[in-house]
Amino acid sequence: MTETKSYVSTRNSCKLCAPLGASLVFKGIEGCVPLIHGSQGCATYIRRYMISHFKEPVDIASSNFSEETTVYGGSKNFITGIDNIIRQYKPKVIGIASTCLSETIGEDIPGHIRHYQESRADETEPLPIFIHTSTPSYCGSHADGFHNTVLSVVRTLAKYEKAGDHLTLFPGMVTPADIRYLKEIMEDFGLDCTIFPDYSETLDNVYTAEYQLIPTGGTSVKDIVAMGDSKAVLEFGSVFNKGYLKSRNTNVSQTAGEWLESTCLVRNHQMPLPIGIEATDRFMNALYEISGKIIPKKYQFERGRLVDAYVDAHKYVFGKKALLYGEEDLVVALADWLREIGIEPFWIKDADFETLREEAEKIQPDLLIGNSKGYYIARERKIPLVRLGFPIHDRFGATRIHQIGYRGTQELFDLVVNALIEYKQENSPIGYKYI
Amino acid sequence: MPHILDDRLNQVSVAGAKERTIDCGKVSLAGSVSQRACVFCGSRVVLYPIVDALHLIHGPIGCAAYTWDIRGSLSSGSELYRLSFCTDLQEKDVIFGGETKLYQSLIELIDKHKPKAAFVYTTCIVGVIGDDVEQICRQVSIEKGIPVIPVQAPGFQGTKKDGYKVACESIFKLVGTKNRPTPAKSINILGDFNLAGELWILLEYYKKMGVHVNATITGDGRVDDICNAHNAALNVVQCSGSMSYLAQLMKDKYGIPSMRVSYFGIEDMSDALYDVARFFKDDSMMEKARMLVKEEFARLMPQLAWYKERLQGKKAAIYVGGAFKAISLVKALRLIGVQTVIVGSQTGTTEDYELIKNLCDEGTIIVDDSNPVELSHFVKEKQANIFIGGVKERPIAHKIGLGFCDHNHERKEPLAGYEGMINFAKEIYATAMSPVWRFTK
Repeated sequence: MTETKSYVSTRNSCKLCAPLGASLVFKGIEGCVPLIHGSQGCATYIRRYMISHFKEPVDIASSNFSEETTVYGGSKNFITGIDNIIRQYKPKVIGIASTCLSETIGEDIPGHIRHYQESRADETEPLPIFIHTSTPSYCGSHADGFHNTVLSVVRTLAKYEKAGDHLTLFPGMVTPADIRYLKEIMEDFGLDCTIFPDYSETLDNVYTAEYQLIPTGGTSVKDIVAMGDSKAVLEFGSVFNKGYLKSRNTNVSQTAGEWLESTCLVRNHQMPLPIGIEATDRFMNALYEISGKIIPKKYQFERGRLVDAYVDAHKYVFGKKALLYGEEDLVVALADWLREIGIEPFWIKDADFETLREEAEKIQPDLLIGNSKGYYIARERKIPLVRLGFPIHDRFGATRIHQIGYRGTQELFDLVVNALIEYKQENSPIGYKYI
Repeated sequence: MPHILDDRLNQVSVAGAKERTIDCGKVSLAGSVSQRACVFCGSRVVLYPIVDALHLIHGPIGCAAYTWDIRGSLSSGSELYRLSFCTDLQEKDVIFGGETKLYQSLIELIDKHKPKAAFVYTTCIVGVIGDDVEQICRQVSIEKGIPVIPVQAPGFQGTKKDGYKVACESIFKLVGTKNRPTPAKSINILGDFNLAGELWILLEYYKKMGVHVNATITGDGRVDDICNAHNAALNVVQCSGSMSYLAQLMKDKYGIPSMRVSYFGIEDMSDALYDVARFFKDDSMMEKARMLVKEEFARLMPQLAWYKERLQGKKAAIYVGGAFKAISLVKALRLIGVQTVIVGSQTGTTEDYELIKNLCDEGTIIVDDSNPVELSHFVKEKQANIFIGGVKERPIAHKIGLGFCDHNHERKEPLAGYEGMINFAKEIYATAMSPVWRFTK
């Protein structure tokens, strides 16, 4: 790992802004409409980015600041905004993310919420639940926004009443297919588990024929409340929200799992994203420990086939160099996995794409692994790009990528091996049909 | 109408001479999921295709990241515009000011990329913390000897359309700063952004007619051409929503007349050529335009007839950025047998909506600054088969089983000109006739 930052400016940013991460988490709550408290553009840009990745409708409301709002405060727009969301969407939850604008002018969003609740105390219909998260774009990235919002939601809702038998799992920024796979694993272990956020349906829905204003699916409020009673917590990640935000406010440097552990005394099993055999073994062992059940045959077979594939393909990958970029937790997990199969991983802390491009000249990687936005570097270097992370805007099926567990690792391994084989084939004068 | 918020009722109407014209040009309603973006977005999309300029966004990272290489605007030369530069303001910059960072960023980037000019976009937060961007731009301009133009576009200062105006003001600062020999019969093309190379198709037509194209603003745009734009005889304005203001500024200061055209659909495309020939009162030019149109018609009509026969009776919904384009689309759709049942836009003017009201069949829904709740309702109500819009409308269409045609700035197939009309017909046909819809019934 090398550290370089020779430019003052950011050139082709590798990160996105925090309210995007918040919106993703809010989409993983059942019956929730996200509201971005700021200018109209924030909501629209984030919608555009998420729609192009997930290929699903993504409705995010905006309080739509004007000049007047910016000078006199956003309370009026907040009230109108909430009224209009309730009228059109009838949500169970409204998730409110701040922006650089609302944070800078000092908007008191918890105060706005209280005020709104008081002013609507006489309503016969129950008001939605309000959850506020602080996500100024000048602090951290979309990944920080994601983890902070997971924490905000849990802190707002989770309660300890009496110890239960269920589990809580915070998978981090994984794909909808990953979330579905995690549900399958939990079921096979006979575990009752709340996964949060769960956008496996809301952002990867079936064909519905109707425009669902709020897509079905998501973690229910009831289940989030009950997280405080869980028997144990599992949390995937290594960096979480502890990058940029640590210096800002000691409260937010905690993860959701750590908060549950310290507040509700639930044991938190923190581990890197389970990518690779070792990382997945660790996850499976934790499940074994929690459930007392041995690893179901199905996963033993998945693991066995994966080992078999590692052996069959080891020479294609050994000694190759991969340049990684994207969300920190994903990059760290991928790096460990690549070492496991004999590929040397490279990444650059806090780099933008132009820095990455310049470093690639020195590193001479054999392949890139990351989101669509690094494609231009792969194209320039004429090397393969294996697309993972967010956003994937130039390939189809981003929601269906498995990247975790034995199954996900198998799929990633096949992708990487085939990318390298294809490269060799394409660049060989022979035209092998048999490699 | 429970799907329309009370405060938006006046922004929805139907076609027909007796109907009222809808309200427009208003800020989006808080809490509605508007399909619009912000002032910054408006300025950014218009200036973005100036290919040999440096575009630096002064603000936090989101604004820069989401607008990196966003349009399908192509360049025949410099690729500098495709890089996204940002001062990436951090919390300490917000507290202590971002001026130093802005200055240093400009210097290092100008040194590295040697652009012809630099545009510095100020975002929401810079509008609030009060960095003196004008002063820094002046200073760097003197030091580096290139125009460094502040684009004052805090997102909250109006609508996307106000952003267009800001962009026009920024471009206008370049106009008139250079003089070079310019043929008498020359035009500027305003409001074509060279999406999927559409501008190049138009240049070919004008070349055949003997019209010299001086500056293209902003598709495949060049700073030097824009600096000399005041020497053209005529401004030909498409996408009037974004560029009328620049035409007005150039008329006021340099006396350059302008005309409004559209390059979508064969009627409007042909008018665009004829109108230019008529302006120059040049018979040979007119003759060449006629020849060109005749040839293209002969080539196109049998193909379009083929599509018309098959598409007859299909119904379309249009929701696009500018309303003037929507007008062309209604006509283009008629040409291939498709009836328009909904027309809407993010930034239409009263004038545009008045035209639409009279052009469309009675009962066609007309809407300004709509949102997913309304749009999904309207298409059901009107039983549309095809939706024409941009990336944010696609999932609305697809989730309810409608065909979709991307007519936004991300398109990869040219839809302008005669060639574009065929592509448009092909795309409508492909989406209307796909066998997959039998699974969605």
